Amino acid sequence: MAKYKIVHYINQFFAGIGGEEKADWEPEVREGAVGPGLGLSAALGSDYEIAATVICGDNYFGENLDKATDTLIAMIGKYKPDVFIAGPAFNAGRYGVACGTICKAVEERLGIPVLTGMYEENPGADMFRKDLIIVRTPNSSAGMRKVLPVLASLIRKMAEKQEILGPDEEGYLERGIRINYFTEERGSERAIQMLVKKLKGEPFKTDLIMPKFDRVDPAAPIKDIRKARIAVVTSGGIIPTGNPDHIESSNATKWGKYDLTGMDRMSPDDFTSIHGGYDRQFAIANPNVVVPLDALRELEKAGEFGELANYFYTTTGTGTATASAAKFGTEIGKQLIDDHVDGVILVST
Amino acid sequence: MKLELGKIFIKDIQFDTKTFVSDGVLHVCSEDIKKLVLEDDKLKDCTVEIARPGESVRITPVKDVIEPRVKISGGEMFPGVIGKVSPQVGSGKTLALDGCSVVTCGRIVGFQEGVIDMSGPAAPYCPFSKTSNLCLVLEPKEGLETHVYEKAARMAGLKTADFIGRTARDVKPDKTEVFETKPLFEQAAQYPDLPKIGYIHMLQSQGLLHDTYYYGVDAKQIVPTYMYPTEIFDGAIVSGNCVAPCDKVTTYHHLHNPVIEDCYKHHGKDINFMGVILTNENVFLADKERHSDMVAKLCSWMGLDGVLITEEGYGNPDTDLMMNCKKVERAGTKVVLITDEFPGKDGKSHSLADVCDEANALSSCGQGNATLLFPAMDKIIGTQEFIETQIGGWNGCKNSDGSFEAELQIIIASTIANGFNKLAARGY
Repeated sequence: MAKYKIVHYINQFFAGIGGEEKADWEPEVREGAVGPGLGLSAALGSDYEIAATVICGDNYFGENLDKATDTLIAMIGKYKPDVFIAGPAFNAGRYGVACGTICKAVEERLGIPVLTGMYEENPGADMFRKDLIIVRTPNSSAGMRKVLPVLASLIRKMAEKQEILGPDEEGYLERGIRINYFTEERGSERAIQMLVKKLKGEPFKTDLIMPKFDRVDPAAPIKDIRKARIAVVTSGGIIPTGNPDHIESSNATKWGKYDLTGMDRMSPDDFTSIHGGYDRQFAIANPNVVVPLDALRELEKAGEFGELANYFYTTTGTGTATASAAKFGTEIGKQLIDDHVDGVILVST
Repeated sequence: MKLELGKIFIKDIQFDTKTFVSDGVLHVCSEDIKKLVLEDDKLKDCTVEIARPGESVRITPVKDVIEPRVKISGGEMFPGVIGKVSPQVGSGKTLALDGCSVVTCGRIVGFQEGVIDMSGPAAPYCPFSKTSNLCLVLEPKEGLETHVYEKAARMAGLKTADFIGRTARDVKPDKTEVFETKPLFEQAAQYPDLPKIGYIHMLQSQGLLHDTYYYGVDAKQIVPTYMYPTEIFDGAIVSGNCVAPCDKVTTYHHLHNPVIEDCYKHHGKDINFMGVILTNENVFLADKERHSDMVAKLCSWMGLDGVLITEEGYGNPDTDLMMNCKKVERAGTKVVLITDEFPGKDGKSHSLADVCDEANALSSCGQGNATLLFPAMDKIIGTQEFIETQIGGWNGCKNSDGSFEAELQIIIASTIANGFNKLAARGY
């Protein structure tokens, strides 16, 4: 008897049901290996068994995302597999997205290792490469024979809980996860060697390929500042004394929203700074240097702008992961819109 | 400038009734040290402790680390801070007590002071797990302003290192190295066939406990300038900052700047090392623009073919790093960057706070957000009271037995962004 059980997901085409005309095929489960699973089974050897193959049409999956996922998860879970594999999808876009979606769902809900394979330009690769191990494949199923041993090797490592090495060694698409390791030579020496190669015009390998950053277009100017509702958002770490939401001093994972109703200034008795990136002595003595409530109230009274929103939003902006920052921005932005805020003073430190 | 740097290898530190070096052992009279440190009325008390490699000892919160050195000729150590500002340093003879350090620690100044573990899983990440450390546990007077306490702690460390260095001035070094950089035209002519390489050294100068001093001048107040590389070996640059511990370029690291050391190793072989351009990392946009322009101007004025650029700190200084990179490349000098990464605990976020297309060659010093379990230690030099709020810790990260979980950020110089360590990060 095989030691390890696999469940395999394929689409209607690879199951031999049909092409585009059968793309609305509803989820079904078949015992044993089907289509590419036969080759994979051979590559895995006798310790491994493809216990079942789950099949779904690409259009059905795309149009019934939640329902299809729920049905398939129930089918897969019954077999208690050691590893789940989907595809490979090569350059088939809808199939790629389906493979990525079902793999992510299986990993999250069933807690078992998952694997898929795609061509680098498959839209599913971009959507899921950060979350999944996606084996690099050629752009058509003509490359199946090359891919099967790579998939088999990773399935074995996952099932036997062996260390999975880097993308080049294992043949998967880099997920963009930065992991530490110790090198033979120190960073300064490696940099000099890199510079000598760069000057000679020889090929060299940078340690970090520069990512593309999101650039946000500035909003349109406020039409009439005298009627505008203004809010303060800060990454300066000003929080109510006692830090009720436990916002971190560095690499924050949370933000807070706090009431300013009826206050003329930020009192050092009520507010303080937990920011880990600057000398807080002045901000602790006078939190208005970061959240300028005192000045804003004066301007509000003088009619320089319409009114100040009742809440300010705050987090610590030092060593913050960009993913957290993007999340905070989206969440705070939504609250500001709901509160009909026209303009924001973003106080950094 | 030509400097003869003699190294006395120190294998151990022992307490004694006098302070002296003999047979590779630094003997220290703790009363002498205490008296010296407490000359400063800002400090109430000072305890002197020794931490050796392999011991079950943790030092925290660490402020600075300094290698004791003494000038035999050609000025005095730490000019403008401890020694006389004139004559300038970088030539003559210097002796270094290689293998030992003075470590300043004690109650926290800000949040940004780190941990040194002398053994265990954190030790491989920290250069000072491998040196014998004379630790000064400082107790400030009540009610001191943070920057006043920082300065008192900084001066205590430098004075102690200077004092110890002076006691070794007659000791014969185990190894002597000679470093020389000639005036610009002569240096260019010495190796006409080799590429002319410079080093752009970005000094931390964001202010509010983030400062560095060059001949005693606050780096916020400098404009980019030329420095002979040998000046740094004599303490022309000292650290005065509390940046994230992992990133901190301690005074020890200035004395042992790895880019300068390694450029000298390559000098005359495959590069012609022309010298150092010092610049800063001020927070005002006008400063960033003016100084990156000036850095690019100096590169083309020196006729450099290539440069290495390092930064201290992360986030805001990443913008200076990228502005320097872009402008220097556009002025015709090829660039390799050396820096560390902060991609979040899951390693999936962007590593740097700024990027540019010209930054196509980068040497990684590892990522500081990865977490590690720090076991309880038999002895704590300093206090663990602040672990949860020190950079890299978090609310609830400390266990009752004294062990804690924290990001690598909390370890002094673990991902130092000048290439001193062998740690690097790669994509998975």
